[in-house]
Parts: sequence; structure tokens; C-alpha cells
Amino acid sequence: MRLPGTRLPGKAMIVRAAAGLAGLAAGVTLAANVWGQQLVADLSSHLVAINTGFTGTDVVLFGSTDGQGDVAIVVTGPRGSVTVRRKDRVAGIWLNTQSVRFEQVPAYYAVATSRPLDQVVDRPMLERHQIGLPHLQLDPGRVLPAEDLAAFRAALIRNKQREGLYGITLGQVAFLGERLFRTNIYFPANVPTGMYTVEAMLIRDGEVVTAQTTPLVVSKVGFSAEIYEIARHEPVAYGVAAVIGAIAAGWLAGAIFRRI
Amino acid sequence: MQVYLPIAEMSVNALLVLVMGGLVGFLSGMFGVGGGFLMTPLLIFIGVPPAIAVGTQANQLVAASVSGVLAHWRRNNVDVKMGVVMLAGGFVGTAIGVWIFGLLQRMGQIDFAITVSYVFFLGTIGAMMLVESSRAMLRRRAPSGGRGKLHRHSWLHGLPLKMRFQRSKLYISALLPAGIGLVGGMLVAIMGIGGGFILVPAMIYILNMPTGLVAGTSLFQIIFTTAVATLLQAASNQTVDVMLAFLLLVGGVVGAQFGTRTGTRLRGEHARLMLSLLVVGVALMLAWGLVVRPDDLFSITSGVS
Repeated sequence: MRLPGTRLPGKAMIVRAAAGLAGLAAGVTLAANVWGQQLVADLSSHLVAINTGFTGTDVVLFGSTDGQGDVAIVVTGPRGSVTVRRKDRVAGIWLNTQSVRFEQVPAYYAVATSRPLDQVVDRPMLERHQIGLPHLQLDPGRVLPAEDLAAFRAALIRNKQREGLYGITLGQVAFLGERLFRTNIYFPANVPTGMYTVEAMLIRDGEVVTAQTTPLVVSKVGFSAEIYEIARHEPVAYGVAAVIGAIAAGWLAGAIFRRI
Repeated sequence: MQVYLPIAEMSVNALLVLVMGGLVGFLSGMFGVGGGFLMTPLLIFIGVPPAIAVGTQANQLVAASVSGVLAHWRRNNVDVKMGVVMLAGGFVGTAIGVWIFGLLQRMGQIDFAITVSYVFFLGTIGAMMLVESSRAMLRRRAPSGGRGKLHRHSWLHGLPLKMRFQRSKLYISALLPAGIGLVGGMLVAIMGIGGGFILVPAMIYILNMPTGLVAGTSLFQIIFTTAVATLLQAASNQTVDVMLAFLLLVGGVVGAQFGTRTGTRLRGEHARLMLSLLVVGVALMLAWGLVVRPDDLFSITSGVS
């Protein structure tokens, strides 16, 4: 689904990308200047543009802190419902028997930290900020026995990881010196479109002292965006065009091969 | 070379899809079947969502059938009258199929129903063809028995609405080809295939049509049923990926041309034996998938349903 206003013109994109790179260079001065802020972070690009040749991309997150501390980055994709189905053997055949529908499930979820967080922060803190897959909040629409809920929840995460949409391992936030940090966020080719949020948190003495949220848009652009738009909004015309195109292509091929 | 598919929302290797389209196109040209029963499982295997595989497949089959028909048309191997009568049943069948599809979807077992119908139809038709064609080959090797009757008469020949099909040299009830078309149309809607693997044997064994006309006539009919299916899929489900269809049809039409040429050089029972082996093979593979324990018992679907 495309959200209104997510389609950035190409020019704005370039300007933003350029601003991002300039920001990286200015990072040190930024940290020194903005004493009021404990944490500043930005992305190398605020748009992941899916064009015809898209095979996945990296976005660099960089920033600085005003001193010592740990940094955790949580990237969350647009939320929607996900149905998890379980197969059971019925008369020798594997059939979908049970299903659980989870609401508000992020389409994408990745976490990067500067240190393994379990060592520095308590569980309640990780749960409150939903840092790390074990602490991601996933609510089924109905009440379930605890072991079923655990199994379906684990299955959701496992399937999402197989699709490459949930991080398998914790990402690494690398510190350059004491204050500057950066990390790579990878978006695979099958990344869902929509509004993403990138949350950067500064952790000191087991507490999240400050957090900054940066939006990120994943959107189709160019030819693939046009096709998607027409298919969505003019489905009948799209179907007619698809049929006519196919007839023409078949005819053309037949005509060409007649001569050979 | 990777290409992003805008509707399937994934990136595929263009060369792989072209080769797949070419191979399936070759077989479809050779046997006069659409090849959907091969392509749909192949697409699902490389990770295309089943609904999009089915919808896109219908679109690709339009092109493959057009180019296939042209070759048969030039050889005067199309019985248009027969095709039109079959088509009348085909449209009714497509409408019924769409209704059944919706019903199964509401019951929540559509994937299972699709696989089971694949196994059932492919298995039955494939086994029947396998037995028949191997018998025909054995007979040819040992030409001892006298010539049988030209037509076997059964209750099928007692049906009303008799029509004369000059091209096929048949005088049969119009209900027969229309009924075959109806079943074919239902399969297009439910299984996302052209239905050639059902139509071809039905035309040979039930209608007793001359084998040379069967491939061209079934392709002629498939053009129209797949066109209707493409329209319905695009309009109601938005599951037609034209980028994927384009890649498949480029490979498909080229393959189909070579397939048609090879097919005319092939003896009827040889072609039928090879097709039946292929059909039985796919059926066994799908049946295996139903009984073997899946790697992950859980699966996920995003969004509605």
C-alpha cells in the first residue's frame, strides 16, 4: 500500500542523499555544537527507492553522542496483520488446521546495538522499548494457551527471518572513537513498501536516557511504480492492456518465426 | 540479471525466468497444451506467491497460445467451428470455476484444494494416456491384429443437438465439445491453467477428433479462456504481474515455435507417451508434497485472510 505523499521526486532524492553525506562529515562538529542534545542520528538516505533493477540496498545510519554510553538502533516497518497457520497430519496428508492472526505486526524489524544488550540493560527495559526479537510485542487477536502462543509467535519470527525481513542476528553499531557511531541497515529485494521508523536510543547505566526517531520511506519508483499504480487503481484497464499486449506479442513472434 | 517484479514485489533472475518460459513453451508447442500445469508449480518453486503465479500464468498463456495457433493455422490444423462450440461451454465453465474458487477461499483451504485437484486431474489423465499410448506403441510394433472399427459407438453418440463438423469429419452432438469446454473453463479459473492437458485427451478419446487437428483447436480455444481469466484475475485480485508475464512470454513464444516444428515431426503416440510421462511425473511430485512432512509446519500470510 502506498501512503500519501511518499513519492519523492528524483531531484529531492538527490538533494537528500547529498545532505546525508554532508551530514556524516559534519557529524563531529554537530556533536560539539549541539550541547543540548545527548544523541543525534541521521540516515544516508531517507528513501529506499525500488526501481526495476532493485536487488536490495544498504542504508547507513550515523550519529554522535555527547559522551560514553551504549547505542541501540531499532528499525520497524509498516504494521499490519499476519496470519500464522499450522499444518497437522490428517489421514496421511499435511493440512492447515490451526491459525492465529497477529495484529500490528511490523513488516520489517531489525536491531543493531553497540554491545550485546543483555549484559548492560535489564529485561523490563528491553521489553518496554521492544529492543530485540525476544522483546518484540506481538499480540494475537484472541486468548491462547501459553505454549500455543509461544509456538505461533516463534513460527511468525522464524518465517519472517526466512524471508529476510527480520534480522537473524543482532546488528553491530560501530563506534568511531568515543562519540561517533554508524551502522548499516540492509533492506532485501522483497522489502515491503511503506513508512518505516528508525529509532536510535542512547543507553546509560541500564536506562534509555534519550531516543530519536527518524522516518524512512520505502517506495517503488519509475517504471515498476507506474505498473503498480495502474494495476491498483485501474485494474480493468490493466487487465485489458495485459491481454492485448499478450496477443500482440504472440502474433509478433508468430510473424517473425514465419520468415525464418 | 536481476529484475524487480512490481506486483509480486520480489526480484528474480531474468535469465532463469526466460529459460523456464522457453522450456515450457517448447513443450506446449510440441504437445498442444498450454503448459500452465508445469509453469505454475515452477513459479511457486522459485518463490512467486501462488496467487500471482496463477494470475500471471493466465496472461502468459494468451501469448503462447496465439503464437502456437498461428503455426497450426498455417498448416490448416484448426477446426474453428469445433473451437467455437467448445468456447461456449468454456465461458460458462469459467464463471462456475470463479464461483467455486471464491467458495473454497471462504472455507480457507484453497491451497490444499488446488494441489489436490492438480494431483487428481494430472494423475488420472496422465495414467490413462500412459496406458493408451504404450498400448498403441506395442500394437504398432506387432502389427498382427486386424483393423478395428473406425468409431466405437456408445451412449455419447445418442445425445441430441447433432452438429456436423466438416473439418474434423465428425457428426456428433454439440453438447460433447461444449461439455469438454465447460470442464476446461472451470480448470482455468480454479487451477490457473489453460486446461490443454484435459482438453487434448478428451478431444482425442471422447470426440475422436483427428489427432492432427487437436493441438491447434485446443490452443485456439485456450486463447479465449485464458484472456477471460486474465481479465478476471487482474480486475478482482490484482494478481497479474505484467513484468513477469513479459519475461515468461518472450521465452514462451520462442520455445513454442520450435516446439510446434518438433511436434509435427513426432509420431502421435510417441508425443502422447512423452506428455503422459511428464504429467504423471508432476502429479507424483505434487502428491509427494502433500504426504511428506513439511520443513516448517507453520506458514505465514500477510494482510487480509
